[in-house]
This record gives sequence, C-alpha cells and structure tokens, in this order.
Amino acid sequence: MRTRPWVLLLALVPAAFLGYFFVYPLVTILYTGLVPNGQFATSAFAEIVTDPTMRSIAWFTLWQALLSTVLTVILGLPAAYIFARYRFPGRSLFRSLTLIPFVLPTLVVGVAFLAVLGPGSPFGVDLRGTIWAILIAHVFYNLAIVIRGVGVLWEQIDPHIEDAARSLGAGRWRVFREVTLPLLRPAILSSAALVFLFSFTSFGVILVLGDLHHTTLEVEIWRQATAFLRLDLASALAVLQLVGVTVILLIYGKTSRRTAGELPLRPPTEVARRPQTVGERLFITATLGMLGLIVVTPIVVLVARSLSTPTGLSLTHYANLFDPPRASAIFVSPLDAIGNTLRFAIPAVVIAAGIGLMAGVVIVSTRGRGGRIFDTVLMLPLGTSAVTIGFGFLVALDQPIDLRASLILIPIAHALVAIPFVIRSTVPVMESVQRRLREAAAVLGASPRQVWREVDLPLVSRALAVGALFAFAISIGEFGATSFIARPATATIPVAIFRLLGRPGTFGEAMAMAVLLMAITGIAAMGIESMRGSRSGGV
Amino acid sequence: MLEVSQLTIRFDGTPALDGADLTVEDRSIHVLMGPSGSGKSTMLRSIAGLENPEIGEIAWNGRSVLGVPVHKRGFGLMFQDYALFPHRNVAGNVAFGLRMQGLDPAIIHDRVDEVLELVGLPGYGDRSVGTLSGGERQRIALARTLAPRPRLVLLDEPLGALDRSLREHLLVEMRSIFTQVEATVLYVTHDREEAFTIADRVAIIRDGRIVADDTPEGLWHRPPDGWIARFIGLENLCAASTLAELAVPSPSVATTTGVIPPEAILLSPTGSQTATVTGSFFRGGLYRIELDLDAGLSLITWSPVGIEPGTFARFDVDTTRISWFEG
Repeated sequence: MRTRPWVLLLALVPAAFLGYFFVYPLVTILYTGLVPNGQFATSAFAEIVTDPTMRSIAWFTLWQALLSTVLTVILGLPAAYIFARYRFPGRSLFRSLTLIPFVLPTLVVGVAFLAVLGPGSPFGVDLRGTIWAILIAHVFYNLAIVIRGVGVLWEQIDPHIEDAARSLGAGRWRVFREVTLPLLRPAILSSAALVFLFSFTSFGVILVLGDLHHTTLEVEIWRQATAFLRLDLASALAVLQLVGVTVILLIYGKTSRRTAGELPLRPPTEVARRPQTVGERLFITATLGMLGLIVVTPIVVLVARSLSTPTGLSLTHYANLFDPPRASAIFVSPLDAIGNTLRFAIPAVVIAAGIGLMAGVVIVSTRGRGGRIFDTVLMLPLGTSAVTIGFGFLVALDQPIDLRASLILIPIAHALVAIPFVIRSTVPVMESVQRRLREAAAVLGASPRQVWREVDLPLVSRALAVGALFAFAISIGEFGATSFIARPATATIPVAIFRLLGRPGTFGEAMAMAVLLMAITGIAAMGIESMRGSRSGGV
Repeated sequence: MLEVSQLTIRFDGTPALDGADLTVEDRSIHVLMGPSGSGKSTMLRSIAGLENPEIGEIAWNGRSVLGVPVHKRGFGLMFQDYALFPHRNVAGNVAFGLRMQGLDPAIIHDRVDEVLELVGLPGYGDRSVGTLSGGERQRIALARTLAPRPRLVLLDEPLGALDRSLREHLLVEMRSIFTQVEATVLYVTHDREEAFTIADRVAIIRDGRIVADDTPEGLWHRPPDGWIARFIGLENLCAASTLAELAVPSPSVATTTGVIPPEAILLSPTGSQTATVTGSFFRGGLYRIELDLDAGLSLITWSPVGIEPGTFARFDVDTTRISWFEG
C-alpha cells in the first residue's frame, strides 16, 4: 500500500512539533557544547575527561544503573513468574499494586525513601548519600517494568514446551535454563534496557537521596546549568548522556522487535493454575512477601511519617502547608501549587493526546520502514530525560521568538515526555482494528473520514483515555524540565516539594505534600488500571 | 449488469489477476470458483474498489466504475470473517450502510427490522454481536450487506467459517433470499457443491484468468479441459486410445481425452464391461465405488449398494454422456 498524501500532511504536525521543541533544542545543546563562545572549542569535553569529579560522576552514573538493572531483573523475575503461571487469592490486587511505584513521580519516590532510610528512619539507619538508598529506590520504581514486560511473554509461552522438556528428562532447573530462559531472553533484555535507561537518567531519586559524589549526569547537568550557570559544561554533559541514551535505545529497539518475532506462543488464554505442592506455595508466599516489603513499606512509612509529630499523630504538617509564613518560604501556597499543577496538566494532556493520536494514525497508516523510523523518533523524548528537554528549552527557545518566559513551555515539555506513552497505548489498539472492519465500513458507503470517525475512533477512544491519564500522571509529577522553566510564582507541586526539602525544618511538610501528590497520581493510576482491565467486550 | 474485462493486478511482481473477463447479468447469481491463490478474492475486492487494477475495465451498465471510490460504488461486500463492528450491536451493524446514506432514522429503523426479518433473526437488534453464534453472525453480516439495497452483492466465501450441516441449510436459505430481493450476486467460493447449489452460472478462475463460464450443468456435461473437469470433481479422465479398447471411439482425431461422468457408468449384472472393484466407501446414501479395468484404467462411480472389494463388477457406459476435448 502506498502512503497517501493526507498521511504525509498529518505527519507534518507531530514532525513540526518534535522538530521545534525537541530536535532543535538538542542541536542547540550540541552546538553550545562544541562552540561555547562563538568559537569551536572542546574545552568543556576536555574538562569532563580530566576533572576527577566529572569522571567519577560519569562512572557512578554507569555502574549504579548497571547494578540497579541487575537487581531489578533478579527480583522481578520470580514475581513475573508467579503472576504468569499461578492463580492465588489477591493475584490481581498484588499485580496492580506492583504498578503503583512506576506511576509515582520520582521526586515522591525520593521523599518516600528518605522517610524510610533517611534521618529519623523507623529502621534506625541513615543511608542518605549511599549507593544503597539509591539502588533500593530504583528497584522500587522499576520493578513493574520487569514484572509487566517479562510477565506478558511468560504468560504466552506454552507450558507444554516445558512439559515436553521435563518428559525428555530435564530437571526443573535445566528446563528453566535451557528452555524458559532462552524463550524469555528478548523480553528480559528489552525490560532490562528500559530499567537501565531510567536508572541511567535518574533525577528525582538522586536529587533527594544522593550527594555530590553519589550523583548522575542528569543531576549534574541540572546543577551546572542552574547553580553555576555553566551552560557549556552542562551542554557537554548532556551530549555525553545523549550518546549513552542512544546506545541504550538502539539495544532496546533491537530486543523489543525480537519479542514480536516467531515464538511458540499460545493465545493469551489462561495458563495459570493453582499452586499444588508445599514448595510452590512457599515460593509464592516468599515472593509476595518480598514484593510487599519493597512496594508497600515506603508508601506506608511516608504516609505515617507525614502524620507523625512530636506530640503524636496529627495533621499538623498538612495544616502548616496552608500557613502563610511557611507558604511564603516556598514562594507559593500549596493551594496555588495544586492549582498551577492542574493548570499545566490540562494543556499538557490535550497536546500529548492530540499529537500522540496524530502520530499514531501516521504510524499505523505508513507501513514499512517510514512508519518504523517515525515511531522510533517519537520514542526519543522518553529516553532523552526531562532535564535535557528543560535545559534544551532554556538554551534554544530564545529565537526566533523568545518563548522562555512563556508558561506554555511547561505543558509542552510535559507533553513531549508523555507523547510516547500515548502512542504506546493507542498504536497497538489501532493496529488491531482489523483492516477488514475499515473495508466493511467503506463498502457500506463510509467515506475515509467517516471510517475514521465510525470505526477507528470508537475503538481507539478507550486506549486514548489511558494514554491521556498517563499524560496527566506524568504532567503532575514532572520535575526535571519544570524546574528549569517554572517561575517562583508558578511552582508546581513537585517544585514546592523540592523547595520544602531544601529548607531546614520543613521535612514533615515536604512529606505531606508528597502524600498529596501521591494521592492525585494514585487516582489517575487507578483510572488507568480500571480502563485497561475492562477492555473486554470484543475489542 | 457488471462487465469486467482484461483485469490485471500484480502483487510484488506476481500477477494475482492476469486479464480476467467476466459478465454478471442482472438478477442472477454468478459464482466465481477457483482453488486458493487463483485470484478470486482479489477479483472480488477489485470490483468492490478495495484494490486498484493496473490494466482492465470494470463497468456497471456500460459505465466505468474504476474512478469511483469504494464508498460511492453502491456495491455490497460480505467478508468471509464477517467483519462485524464489535462496538455496535446488531441493529447498529445493520443500520450502518443506511446511516451512511443519510437516511431518516425512522426509515432506517423500519428497514433494519425488515432485513432482520428477511434473514430470519427478527428482534435481534439489541443483541451484542459478541453473543451471536457462528450462523447468527453470518446472517447478520448478510443483513448488513443487503440493508442498503446494493446494486451488486459481492460475497467472499460467505459460508467458509461454518460447519457442514449449517452450511447446507444457510446456502438454500441465501438462495431464496437473493431471489426474493432480486439481487445481482457475485459469489466467491472454492467449494464445488456450494457453487452448484446456489449458482445460475459458474465462472472458473485459474491463475488469474477466467477459464470457463457456464451453467453448473453445462460445466458438468461439457468441461472445456481436463484441469477444469478434475477441479469440479470429474475424476474419470481417459485417453482416447484406452477408451477405444472399451469400444468407445473418439468422435474426432483431435479430441484425445474423454471424461466419463460417474452417472454414465451404470453398474448392472448384465453389463457388457468387466472390472475389479478396488474400493467401496459408504458416503451416506450412496457408495463410492472404485473400479480397475484391465486396460489400465481406473473409474469412479456411485452405487446404492456396496460391493466387496476384490470381486468383479459388470457395467455399461452411456457413451452419449461422455465429453471430449483436445489434450
């Protein structure tokens, strides 16, 4: 099928959006890094190579991401296994529970682990500024990627293959090593690539739990740009990080495409069964216990500590948020912060859903290479990291029109991060709308526009709603880009949390604010789950 | 009247249609039959406007429809997998084409009821399509196709997804519906019995070309060549030299192959020919009898009684029913 002219026309909108708000800023960063003062100079890059601090930051970024990934995969695999293969009471509840951390804003994750492992920890430790706090927080945040990514494939692998291996004389462990693991490999690799990506560009978690040495390139870009105004060095760091991100995305692209390859899959009918032996029950219980410990503890401790005061449980921290003098300390009242957050979230959702939908239509209607490239390019903002996007706006968008003072940049930055989510939730549904249904509508007299309105849109609308909720959750929790662009008076909830963390004696209020943000995100996440769950009805 | 001439389509260089010609008369049921991969579905989709032919002409009542987009052709197409809209109920599916015509809701409502009545599922309007059985889905798909009163009804293996007993039943029912609404129908199938049961005429397509177009009886009694004879289920193909040994001479030197339809082989204790019975299979009502002649010839016939394999059987050949062709 040849690409129709209207598809190319439609592609122009997301292409122009991405070109101006993503590619152009990135190119400017590259330029700023290489030509800092109107002259070509590699001094900023040389500084990264020679300065021991910079070198140690780059090195730490790499190995903490590697360790986070290995740990997440090791802990995620048993969980993916029990959800894919066993039926037990509370299975769907536990499965939904494991999704919560992934939708939480990273700053909230940081604050939660500060409550668990930082000063005043109920466990009597202070792991702030150590690799441990960072690793545990990254596992918490990324576990869902492995559980979902690997679990979906595991559910579809025909258990008869494993049975056949058993009957040929292989023990349980050999079956896992020689049959199951090779079959799962593509899913494990692509999940691992994503976990590595998110740990590599980790921002909120590191900002709260790390210190000057335990820090990532992402945080350092932000620090150099905002604290020291070293735009050349920040640009050079951003370029370095972009190279790393590109390599990871290429690996991810390769492995995730293999997942879709030929595997002896059965339709996703129920292969799960009840545990039969004592060993199986023990394994399930232990895995669920581990999940509970990792996922539930931080949330419970955060809520508990936000409520605890020297005089016992009370809402003091919450009430303080509305106290004018304290509010002035963070330049904005919490009510205003909530208002700002929503004011940015609504246009962000509209932009992300609109552009994402257009891009989705283009991807689906452009078969072959062109569509795939378009798809990959649109995924880039997801990997590029919010700080790079915010920083790019800062260095690039002063010309041709100076947009840097315009508040519209905040929802645009959020939309850039959210568009990949909208595409990922709508494109599979659009692709599954069988071509036959469109043809049937056309034969019955529907014009191309009517086909889209009568067939595609109703079938895709639920997926679009899921994508929009994702965009909402991303927008209200986004911190990296927002912190570059927001003005004191237009602070969002995450910005307010960060300001509260930076002041002595307002940790309780920061936790209270984090709980508020967690609650709003949680409601959005529940919406996502319920919409996905009720996707029956023949669609 | 539909006239298709010299229709040619290539997919990645391989021709799916290679100069196909076909004429469908008004108010007739024309079957397009061919093996899988012969191009029959491609031909149907081209007529509907879902494929664009490189060469050739498709005309309705003498006027070309090639420039007319799918949705304006006024041809109805029913898919093998029905392609019912999962997000609409039965009435919503059946009303779709009528709504696209911008008809008044009251008129649409009446027409939907009328068509559901026609296909034997009155009162099904509020049902969700997910709750329907295979046969019911088939009928709803038919109702949806017929509702806008298309000037030409195209059906792509409409019974392919159903089991045998249901197929027979629906086939007869469809024929009576088409006659009742005086539809002009082009019906694609690979199944000979289905084709013969429903067709006024049968066109046979092979490698993208129409190689025969006749009434079912005409095809059976006068198959144009050996391939077509075998394809429609005539198994007794014999070389003229072999038939000569049975005292059945070829009518001319050019015609070197003869086809003996099974009903021309009359088993009888007083028959003039003798053969060994090599197989006897009960097919419900009749037995399929396989005969082996000394002349090195195998013949198939039907018999109301079974015959023990290995025994001899006597028979006569009704030579007037043999058809001859060259090669």
